[in-house]
Amino acid sequence: MSFYSEYIKYKNFDLLPMMESINKNDVQRAIQKNRPSIKDFVTFISPSAQHLLEPMAQKAQDIKKRYFGNTIQLFTPMYLSNYCINHCLYCGFNHNVKMTRYQMNEKEIEQEASTISKTGLKHILILTGDAPSIASIDYLENCCHLLKKFFSSISIEIYALETNEYQRLIDAGVDGLTIYQETYHENLYKELHPKGPKKNYRFRLDSPQRGAIAGMRNVNIGALLGLDFWQRDIFYTVLHAAWLESMYPETEISISLPRLRPYDGCYIPKHPVSDKEMVQMICAIRLFLPRCGITISTRENEWFRNNILTLGVTKMSAGSSTAVGGHTIKEHHHSQFEISDKRSVEEMVHYLKQVNIQPLYKDWEQF
Amino acid sequence: MKEHHAKTIDNDLFEVGGKILTSRLFIGTGKYASDDIIPQVCKHSGACVITVALRRVDFHSKTDNVMQHIPEHMQLMPNTSGARNADEAVRIARLARAMGCGNWIKIEVITDNRYLLPDGYETVKATEILVRENFSVFPYINPDLYVARDLVNAGASAIMPLGAPIGTNRGIRTEEMIHILIEEIDIPVIVDAGIGKPSHACQAMESGADACLVNTAIATSDNPVLMGEAFADAVHSGRKAYLAGQAVTQQWASASSPLTGFLSSLEKNS
Amino acid sequence: MLVTINGEDIHFSKSLTISDFLKEKDIASDTVVVELNRQIIPTEAYENTFFNDKDSLEILRFVGGG
Repeated sequence: MSFYSEYIKYKNFDLLPMMESINKNDVQRAIQKNRPSIKDFVTFISPSAQHLLEPMAQKAQDIKKRYFGNTIQLFTPMYLSNYCINHCLYCGFNHNVKMTRYQMNEKEIEQEASTISKTGLKHILILTGDAPSIASIDYLENCCHLLKKFFSSISIEIYALETNEYQRLIDAGVDGLTIYQETYHENLYKELHPKGPKKNYRFRLDSPQRGAIAGMRNVNIGALLGLDFWQRDIFYTVLHAAWLESMYPETEISISLPRLRPYDGCYIPKHPVSDKEMVQMICAIRLFLPRCGITISTRENEWFRNNILTLGVTKMSAGSSTAVGGHTIKEHHHSQFEISDKRSVEEMVHYLKQVNIQPLYKDWEQF
Repeated sequence: MKEHHAKTIDNDLFEVGGKILTSRLFIGTGKYASDDIIPQVCKHSGACVITVALRRVDFHSKTDNVMQHIPEHMQLMPNTSGARNADEAVRIARLARAMGCGNWIKIEVITDNRYLLPDGYETVKATEILVRENFSVFPYINPDLYVARDLVNAGASAIMPLGAPIGTNRGIRTEEMIHILIEEIDIPVIVDAGIGKPSHACQAMESGADACLVNTAIATSDNPVLMGEAFADAVHSGRKAYLAGQAVTQQWASASSPLTGFLSSLEKNS
Repeated sequence: MLVTINGEDIHFSKSLTISDFLKEKDIASDTVVVELNRQIIPTEAYENTFFNDKDSLEILRFVGGG
């Protein structure tokens, strides 16, 4: 059974007009519930809920403390390769973008890993573009063997794989999978992915499931906010997360909230998301899925990240670069998107401690 | 994920084990001072389902046959009490079915005589076998999520988690765990054991249980007929409250140091 | 002939059927279930099923229970 069978039950759900009919009392009632339903989640993301952000935030903070403590897990992305055969309209690594394509060799990977691990970070997220013949499973397996020397937990954010391929990477040391559906809107997805293997909506949609089946400890999903109306994409994202939680209770499910940022070449998001709406989303997710992780990346600026720290976020990247070998390679490679929060790991940790949050460098180790 | 779509009490049918029931109160036949009050209890409680046990006939004493006190229309739910493992439960189930009163069976596999707590592992084993033999299986269990999931996979018709150990009449001591089952398990959840008062049954139904089984509290009351009625009202009430949706219980309000204050400073600047 | 019925050893001087035994004990055949050597005997077969030496029978019925 695929998540698609759950998705189609709600596919023709006229979410946007439906939300107009939700009033403050509906939201208030939903906030008080111990076990909000998916219908209650819809009230949390409705326009009326914007007047009730403070009580939502209070409850979200309380839930976060009780289930996760006063902690935030830190990690950093490592871009291994920017070769890509997809033509995704919104992406800085889009095949059509004129840029130097590069893939790190072993020596460079070790150097990059060494630099990063000196910051104390033990959780790494490795990324590649979609180029299976170049950034192949063999290449990735080898990377994992190298990275195991430096990091206790490796997550991947790469092109969609088959179950047995996820299995190979798990055997090589990977324990986390990040894969974004970008948008759950099928027609829009088609438009945005005109060419390349990522065109296949269903294959991508079922990747988190395949990851869970293969044995990933963590599966992180999300939509690229701004492509479609955020309310629609976040609705399907939480539906997806809740479904994964039910189907694979032994897997930790988390949601990322990547908000579309400019890149050199610039795709302008049709439905830009405001800061207030980001806060609304974080609170809504925390209220509906108390045990689901929420990740915020350095796409968001320092001021914003500082203010949403206690609202329900469980994981943040720090000291990031979205260029291949961005931590070490002198030659400037093209970035996938602009980093907003440019703080180093040390600066981030310093701030966290000031606001009484314990930064977690290491939360898990395979043994 | 359980979602109940808006229902009224009128279209709220309880379908389980291939039958449609008009009452969410199940009753028992054990511990009565005298069995001949049973027909009145059946009538006044409105129950459709009644449990019995299977025992050896005693040739030395002429005792009443409980079956003559059970109205014809009642759905019988024999239990496997006495079974200490899956094999014994399966044997009792087959014997019970051979009595010709239907294929429902409540699995009780109890090895612990002090607290009468069920053995989840043996219960799952027995369920797997009996479902394959076309029984409608109703397993009595501790409110254990993993056991419940195994039972769903085995094809049980419902699960019957205990509210408290049998006979204690303590009320729903396992409330939080039963809530989890109600949330996570897609087959009916019938709270069994430990229900001492109608308010306990009401509480179980308010939180979303599909039905309650009450034996001791009715049978040992001074007036079982009236107590049966009270339980019927309680179960009905609790169910209505659940369908109506819970009211506000706790206040999440605005605080003096607001967490979202930073957003208004942004609005001021933009 | 020694037959164990409901755990009790009983001697029978002559052969008899399940039906005969139930009649003797004044038990209606439709109120019990009979298991002979671990096999359930259908009611219709009571008339034709004879006890044999060393047989083990269980004769059970529904009683009050929760």
